[in-house]
Amino acid sequence: MSSISLSLRSYAPRSVWSLIGTLFLFLGAWVMVFPFIWMVSSSLKPTDEVYDANFSIIPRTFKGFENYYEVLFNQPYLIYLMNSFLVCCGILIVQLITAVPAAYALAKLKFRGSSILFGTVIAALTIPINVTSIPIYVALAKTGLLDTYLAMMLPFFISVFAIFLFRQFFRGFPDSIIDAARVDGFSEMEIILRLVLPSAVPAIAAFSVFSFVAHWNDLYWPLIVVTSQDKMTATLSMMQYQSDFDTDYGRTFASATVVTAPMVIAFLFARRLFIRGITMTGVKG
Amino acid sequence: MARLTLKNIGKSFGKTEVLKNISLDVEDGEFLSLVGQSGCGKSTLLRIISGLEAPSRGEILIDGQVVTEQSPKQRNIAMVFQDYALYPHMSVAENMAMPLIMSQLPLHARLPLVRHVAPSARRAKPSMATQVETVAKQLRIDHLLTRKPAQLSGGQRQRVALGRALVRNPGIFLMDEPLSNLDAKLRVEVRREISELHHSSGLTFVYVTHDQTEAMTMSDRVALMQGGEVLQVAAPNTLYTNPVSVDVARFIGSPQINILPVQSRLDGLFLGDINLHLETIGKVSDLQLGLRPEALSFRGVAGLQLQPIKPGSILLPFQKRMVEDLGPEILIHGCFEADPEIEIRVRAQKNTDYGKTDQFAGTHKLQVAIDPTQLLLFNAHGLRIQPTPHMAQSLGEVVT
Repeated sequence: MSSISLSLRSYAPRSVWSLIGTLFLFLGAWVMVFPFIWMVSSSLKPTDEVYDANFSIIPRTFKGFENYYEVLFNQPYLIYLMNSFLVCCGILIVQLITAVPAAYALAKLKFRGSSILFGTVIAALTIPINVTSIPIYVALAKTGLLDTYLAMMLPFFISVFAIFLFRQFFRGFPDSIIDAARVDGFSEMEIILRLVLPSAVPAIAAFSVFSFVAHWNDLYWPLIVVTSQDKMTATLSMMQYQSDFDTDYGRTFASATVVTAPMVIAFLFARRLFIRGITMTGVKG
Repeated sequence: MARLTLKNIGKSFGKTEVLKNISLDVEDGEFLSLVGQSGCGKSTLLRIISGLEAPSRGEILIDGQVVTEQSPKQRNIAMVFQDYALYPHMSVAENMAMPLIMSQLPLHARLPLVRHVAPSARRAKPSMATQVETVAKQLRIDHLLTRKPAQLSGGQRQRVALGRALVRNPGIFLMDEPLSNLDAKLRVEVRREISELHHSSGLTFVYVTHDQTEAMTMSDRVALMQGGEVLQVAAPNTLYTNPVSVDVARFIGSPQINILPVQSRLDGLFLGDINLHLETIGKVSDLQLGLRPEALSFRGVAGLQLQPIKPGSILLPFQKRMVEDLGPEILIHGCFEADPEIEIRVRAQKNTDYGKTDQFAGTHKLQVAIDPTQLLLFNAHGLRIQPTPHMAQSLGEVVT
């Protein structure tokens, strides 16, 4: 009895202000979580109930089994997940390979035009994919690359965001360590691989999460360049239950739940790494 | 083991000239210090010697070979940095082995992943480990080999940095203010160790510092730098007793040398209206007189060890302002009555009577004797006038 009141006391607000603060945070958390709850709830309902005026979280007619059976067994959902995974990994690996040396050069090497180049990187940050999508699409069509994995990955191989993020992180790396390495006979690539990269693990982890989530959730670009079913990404596969005449919302939501699950589970496991990556402060002694 | 020669080295960053035409010779096995205030270009010069920075003009030679265009690795030098610059995620042993790995293993044996299986890397490992251990023992850090730099104290880190530099048998050992991050007690200890290291290794050392004590105690020769120029290169004692200019005299010596404006007239050297009865350069001109704090001594003050008055000593009335007790000696601040504008510092040894009475209470007017053999005379441009008549004449002509 006393232990219950004790544990309750630790949750009791210490003042009116902290109560208001907690309520405010609770509201924010609700706004974030509600779409997920709605998604899971809708995935258990028949289509006509999803947009029913009398909304309830608990479905009146339980269609969960049918919906999930359809998603998991009546379509090659493992292939979709694999496609998503391949595309995200491919994009991430090439992004890291291109961004790390570029960021190191911008952060630590002295060369003519480095500030102009960095300005270009900043400027490129402001251009969204939608602006360049038509020329890229035309180029892919002319080279016959449409409906391939490469077409899904190619526009994202060079990430200016990654260059910018890593450049800011590398700037904090002590110059004297780089000088010492040069005296010891390291080449510039070895400095990156052996010294700078191991210290940049938090930044790389943070960027990997950003990149992976962004491309996992991307619907726009795969929708444009992929038409055959065996190359569809998981996100794209949700569109199958939509047609011009009829949309099976229950199954769409079941599909969305299945597609989102890996990311949510991964986030829960890598949460500490993710937070550290965002709040990172640089290298210590 | 190497001989280092710098020929007319100049360096400009944009329009600012940080090094102006520097020429230096460092003998094989010599310990040379580059001393000067911050911003005098000493660190830049060291970076140019190391190859981390390229000179705008001039040549660098190691053992007679021009190395100006060579990378730091090719020059076979080692460098120790002020903040130790250890590789943070590597153990002490790995830190120390790095220069060996980089110089002895071919590129393919250093590639990521491949390096763990490459046969050449595996073959070289035991001999590298022995080399690292030998140097670690020598520096008394062999019990720390598995630790990471973050787990070490400042002194230990500095020893690891020394070890990393030593392990590859460099020709020249460069040090950039290696002691300035250590506390005062440790600094004296590591100073002695570096000196011993120099003697036992017989390597050529170039040591950058802003601390004159470090330079004076460790070096064979000291190069004093100011404003991108070398003012004087000499043995520590020569630098102190025989400076070539006022700037050198001012920098070397603590407490600082007293510099008084004096006037040379035909009948002698005058401080204000007082004739110091010293040899003159025979022409009317303004000069500067340098007096080390220990070249002055008090007359008639109890508690101070009296130095024998040399024949020809000059007695001057002195006004006391402040007394600092430094333990074995005292430092008296004041001025000559002939020139109250200029502050004068006098260093005096205490004797056993000191402290029994308050020697200075109430006495503000004292007599100071100047040892005429310890005077330093400079012309109006700050250049030293040597006491030989011939030299004096030639310098005097420059003045007028």
